[in-house]
Amino acid sequence: MTSDNPHPPDGSRPWDEGTPVPLYVITGGEDSSAKTFDLVTLIATRSQPEPSMQPEQAAILSMCEYPLSVAEVSAYLSLPFSVVTVLLSQLVDDERVEAIAPVPVAAFPDRGLLEAVIHGLRRL
Amino acid sequence: MDFGDSDTLRAGPRDTDLLLPHGARGVKVVIVGGFGVGKTTMVGAVSEIPPLTTEERMTQAGVGIDHNPGASGKSTTTVAMDFGRISINQELILYLFGTPGQERFWFLWNGIFEGALGAVVLVDTRRIEVCFEVITRLEDRRVPFVVAVNTFPEAPQYPLDELRTALALSDSVPLVTCDARDRASCRDALLSLMVYLCTLAVQETV
Repeated sequence: MTSDNPHPPDGSRPWDEGTPVPLYVITGGEDSSAKTFDLVTLIATRSQPEPSMQPEQAAILSMCEYPLSVAEVSAYLSLPFSVVTVLLSQLVDDERVEAIAPVPVAAFPDRGLLEAVIHGLRRL
Repeated sequence: MDFGDSDTLRAGPRDTDLLLPHGARGVKVVIVGGFGVGKTTMVGAVSEIPPLTTEERMTQAGVGIDHNPGASGKSTTTVAMDFGRISINQELILYLFGTPGQERFWFLWNGIFEGALGAVVLVDTRRIEVCFEVITRLEDRRVPFVVAVNTFPEAPQYPLDELRTALALSDSVPLVTCDARDRASCRDALLSLMVYLCTLAVQETV
């Protein structure tokens, strides 16, 4: 779209600072917060990226060929956690990625889980 | 991060990073402490990947609780959290999150302690007062924690029992010293948390 006037008619300033693309554009305007994602929910790709896909979503499919946590996806894309969870909800809905919930931790964690962690740490 | 000017986003783990097995599940531990106390150093000392940073933006809704005097007119604040990971076995990946002690941060990352195994409170003896609030909040939220005193070479050394008194720490909570730069030392601090969690689990079933 072209316009003679680079400034919007309402007098507000054009996008000239901060993030080049507003975050609501990246998430496709979806605002349903994805509460089911934890920072350590593991994401694994189930289908190959397609050329028509949004670059951020294609990037997620490429990087999660082997599982990565939502925190890692957020870090590698340099996008806030809440933006990444919206992108991921769409991918989960489309069955393009699988989201593996964290190990459930009760008020007092399972003894077997703790022993596994202790064993793993001792090998460090 | 370098986005370049390509249309394709190329981001992800380094070629040398350990690939996680399919079918694994995540679990997290939170390292809490004041600014500069060594949280990221500790994460880096034990992590199998170089520490990464995830961030969240706090919009207008959260600004009221933060005076933020240096940024008048700014409606969003970004808070960042460094983290790393340790592959425990084929089924279990332990993530470590370094979390600032400020209230506004916890407000934003509501849920950071949800599902966490527990927390390590990292203490700098030069700024011990930062920990009081952190410890109170962890107790309020019933998050099990251990306290690790980061032994900065230039920081004053106190006997642990004096520190325990100064921190008003209950006798049951483990208090250890640790060098955040040293892998074995950080591993031992994490182990003390796990052993403590085991004792809590035993008490619960008795």
